[in-house]
Amino acid sequence: MTLPPPPAAVRTPNPVLLALRAPFEARTWRETFHLLFNLPVGIATFTVLVTGFALGFGLLITLIGIPILIATLYVSRAMGTIERMRARLLLDLDVPAPYRQDPPRDRWWRPYASRLTDPATWTEVAYLLLMLPIGIFTFTVVFTAWVLGISLLFLPAYAWALPNPVHVVDAWVQITLDAHPTAVLVGAPGSRWVIDTPIEFVLVTLIGAAIILLTPWIVRGLAMANRYLVRGMLGSDLVRRVQTLTETRAAAVDLAAEDRRRIERDLHDGVQQRLVALAMDLGRAKDKMDTDPDRAKELVAGAHEEAKLAITEVRDLARGIHPAVLTDRGLDAALSALAARSTVPVTVGVDVSARPPASVEAAAYFVVSEALANVVKHARATTAGVTVRRVDDRLTVQVQDDGVGGATVVEGSGLAGLRDRVRALDGELHLLSPDGGPTVLMAEIPCAS
Amino acid sequence: MRVVIAEDAVLLREGLVRLLADEGHEVTAAVSDPLGLVEAVAEDRPDVCIVDVRMPPSFTDEGLRAAIEIRTRWPGTPVLVLSQYVEERYATELLSGDTRGVGYLLKDRVADVREFLDALGRVAGGGTALDPEVVGQLLARATHRPHDELTPREREVLALMAEGMSNAGIASRLVVTEGAVEKHISSIFTKLGLQPTEEAHRRVLAVLTYLEGR
Repeated sequence: MTLPPPPAAVRTPNPVLLALRAPFEARTWRETFHLLFNLPVGIATFTVLVTGFALGFGLLITLIGIPILIATLYVSRAMGTIERMRARLLLDLDVPAPYRQDPPRDRWWRPYASRLTDPATWTEVAYLLLMLPIGIFTFTVVFTAWVLGISLLFLPAYAWALPNPVHVVDAWVQITLDAHPTAVLVGAPGSRWVIDTPIEFVLVTLIGAAIILLTPWIVRGLAMANRYLVRGMLGSDLVRRVQTLTETRAAAVDLAAEDRRRIERDLHDGVQQRLVALAMDLGRAKDKMDTDPDRAKELVAGAHEEAKLAITEVRDLARGIHPAVLTDRGLDAALSALAARSTVPVTVGVDVSARPPASVEAAAYFVVSEALANVVKHARATTAGVTVRRVDDRLTVQVQDDGVGGATVVEGSGLAGLRDRVRALDGELHLLSPDGGPTVLMAEIPCAS
Repeated sequence: MRVVIAEDAVLLREGLVRLLADEGHEVTAAVSDPLGLVEAVAEDRPDVCIVDVRMPPSFTDEGLRAAIEIRTRWPGTPVLVLSQYVEERYATELLSGDTRGVGYLLKDRVADVREFLDALGRVAGGGTALDPEVVGQLLARATHRPHDELTPREREVLALMAEGMSNAGIASRLVVTEGAVEKHISSIFTKLGLQPTEEAHRRVLAVLTYLEGR
């Protein structure tokens, strides 16, 4: 989970102003709605899950229970997802889904078994069941507080219209109208407070106002507790982090193996073939030296060409493994050279004050290299732009073109390799490529240096 | 011609020594690190130095830095820098200031013995020798600019000019007369809005500055 950056400067506002403003803030009302919705949500989740599990376990013997249980688990995940969404919308809390990744479907039951044994599934189920009692509590408290505050505040305005007696809230607080323009406030059953003088009306209004001013803080406290619950039971930073690390490590290892295979192929198919041809030409030239010097000369000339081509291939191969100029002069120089070699005109803008770590520079370089190769191969673009910026400890690399778009990350492709390379450094790769273009490839890599 | 060679790869160093000896040049020193190079230049004052970019201790750009140092301490000493890779950035660093007697070539070019010796001779004589690949990078950088108006032949001439070739060299490379080359060159200078100049190294500088300008 990423935390929002702390505000640059925190102003200390006037506390009185703060208190007066609280009831009208959007945040207060979002949280209020969240806490009120807890009840219907709780009723729904509790009913569905209890029914599903009861049916499922009850019918387990007849085997019909199995699909019911599986369906219930899927429903519970869906409800968990909705709950996380609700928390994101109303509580400003972004909790990533904590689930394990589904294993490959080599046996039909594998994904189900994995979900069944995923601890995240069961803490989520517990949360969804707990939602009912929690919902009852938060609904009652928040509803009572707001309704009491508002109805007391405006009592003088409508007291005359009240029937006699009328129950506004519940057994503890009743407002009743006695005869004419008077109201009766009833505390605990039996103790009645008849409100019939202007001073009493003012007093009641003030009490209402006080409750309204107090309620946002009750709401805020409950919402805070609710956030802890969501974070603790619907998400798990640690699980997600471990999972991401495991995945990216595996991807990085795969990537390294894939790179080695590619280098081996290039050496075999390219340079080695050339050297073999070269050795053959030289061998034939040696034989012909005395008998047919002209032919020998031709063969040596051919060998000379082969040798030069082999040198070029080795150079290109080495540059593909790691470009020397990147180490010596950094991203700006290396990317300029890349751009210069591209057949599509490329503009390069690099704004990197302090050089990032070598691994980050290399990843950024290969992102640009692969992206430009794709631009040339697929995009049918007329221009491309490369921007690299370092803001604090994040390096942002963006490559865009004015081509036809429609690029996707296909497993095993160069882009997938890039994604793995970037993720291995805890970065993110984003691809935006609608049909019809343009294509924007962006990599964000953290570089703590 | 008296030559100092600084190259840490033994095979290539010995190869260069043999090559130059065959051509009747005198190799006064063949060293393997930048310190040795600077000492050899101080002692021998050669007609030209051949310097590898990557040398010990860190195997990054020691040779380039040594070359720049030599040119500051003994201005006018011709230096031909060889590199496993040519990068426009290195070229810019090397050529900043004076393009007289400077060369920057891909190591591979040694394989084309004749052309390599030509380039070496050009550098020793105060000319410029810039690798076609660097020129290519510079040209590619400038593709969207007015030299698009150049004819294909003029572009070829421009590239060869940037490499540091003389009119005669360009003429023999393109198999045309020197007169035709001169006509192309004046047309290029007009189209690019450059000041025509007779001196070869000034001409290279003008072309490079034009190509570099972004």
